[in-house]
Amino acid sequence: MAANPMYQFNVYRIGPEIKINNIDISFTNASLFMVISSLAILIIFNLGTKRSIIPNKIQLLAELSYSFISKMISDTAGSKAKPYFSFIFSLFMFVLFCNMFGMIPYSFTVTSHIIVTFVLAAFIFIGVTIIGFIKHGLGYLKLFVPSGVPMVLLPLIVVIEIISYLSRPISLSVRLFANMMAGHTMMKVFGGFVVSLGIVGGWLPLGFSVALTGLEILVAFLQAYVFAILTCIYLNDALNLHH
Amino acid sequence: MLKKIIFQFLALSLIFTYSAQSAESGGMPQLNPEFWISQIFWLVLTFGLLFIILSKFILPKISNNLETRKSQILENIETADKQREETEKKVKEFDKIINDTKIEAKNFFNSERQKVLDDINNKRLSLEKDIEKEIIKAEEEIDQLKKTSQEKVTKIAIETSSDLVKQLIGEDINKSSLSAIVEDLSKKEMEKRNGI
Repeated sequence: MAANPMYQFNVYRIGPEIKINNIDISFTNASLFMVISSLAILIIFNLGTKRSIIPNKIQLLAELSYSFISKMISDTAGSKAKPYFSFIFSLFMFVLFCNMFGMIPYSFTVTSHIIVTFVLAAFIFIGVTIIGFIKHGLGYLKLFVPSGVPMVLLPLIVVIEIISYLSRPISLSVRLFANMMAGHTMMKVFGGFVVSLGIVGGWLPLGFSVALTGLEILVAFLQAYVFAILTCIYLNDALNLHH
Repeated sequence: MLKKIIFQFLALSLIFTYSAQSAESGGMPQLNPEFWISQIFWLVLTFGLLFIILSKFILPKISNNLETRKSQILENIETADKQREETEKKVKEFDKIINDTKIEAKNFFNSERQKVLDDINNKRLSLEKDIEKEIIKAEEEIDQLKKTSQEKVTKIAIETSSDLVKQLIGEDINKSSLSAIVEDLSKKEMEKRNGI
């Protein structure tokens, strides 16, 4: 049963069953890896806050990621997005660390679950929409009416714009979830090939597996980056209307 | 031996593939809503705590560090620039001082040499004057001596001759006659000397 490529995505309870008002909020392996990722982020970045003029390696790491995300935000959403820096920073780091911890064999990938990515994406979607309405009032609805469109095409364009806006949380969450799930499933399948082909034919899938591991690490970083940058782009729409 | 190992591997892999195929009935665990609420709860909890701690405690420190480093570097560059300018100024001043000193030394040397030369000249001039005076004086003295010597010589001659006569004869003779003789002789002698 360990050879089932989908088995790695199973969620199981760790410790006792916790129920509040008949709702199950037990501590699971998914919760464990969320806690591990958060703790790792906190430990690494807390070590990176030493006040020295010449930074050590871990401080350099913390400061480089700080300036990396700061630059990403100012490039995509402008200076108005500064107040949301810590949220996007936490988001990027959380997704990145969850993806990266998922690369450790026999670990669990938090972001390979649609419910996790969807809650994150939905939160971003709702938050961005609220920010947009607060900043521009009902003028935010102009987002659905691009300038310079002929009157004849306008009803069609508005409908398309609304659909694309509403599908943002789905595309955002499914992109991350599907990437993580597909990658991990593929690695498991190739691992299964290594076992089933044995010592004679197993070398080719083993090589593939090694290459896939590298690719998956890249994908883990890339998907975290894409998740964060799309959040920035949505934020940009809400902060700077008609840009 | 090798055949045995290969056979064992093939058997093992067959068992694994069989068990894998039999377990595939579950489908995607992601779509099983059993733990959805739990996952949402723990996600909100961990991510919320992460966000709060990062934004309240850690990120301000990092940004503060970056700011202080930036400002310190700028300050250092500023002071370095200032110091460089100062150094350039100092070097210029130093050059100027050296130049001035060189010119001064030259001037001093020239003036001193001029002074010394003047001094030597003056001394020589005064010395020459003194020498001239001395020469004139000496010449005058010589002239005087020339004049007086004649009379003295005759006087001495008269005296010695009178003494001689006294010794020879044993009595005094008239001085005037003696002097007349001596003068006559000396005149003759002078004439002889001058004449030749």
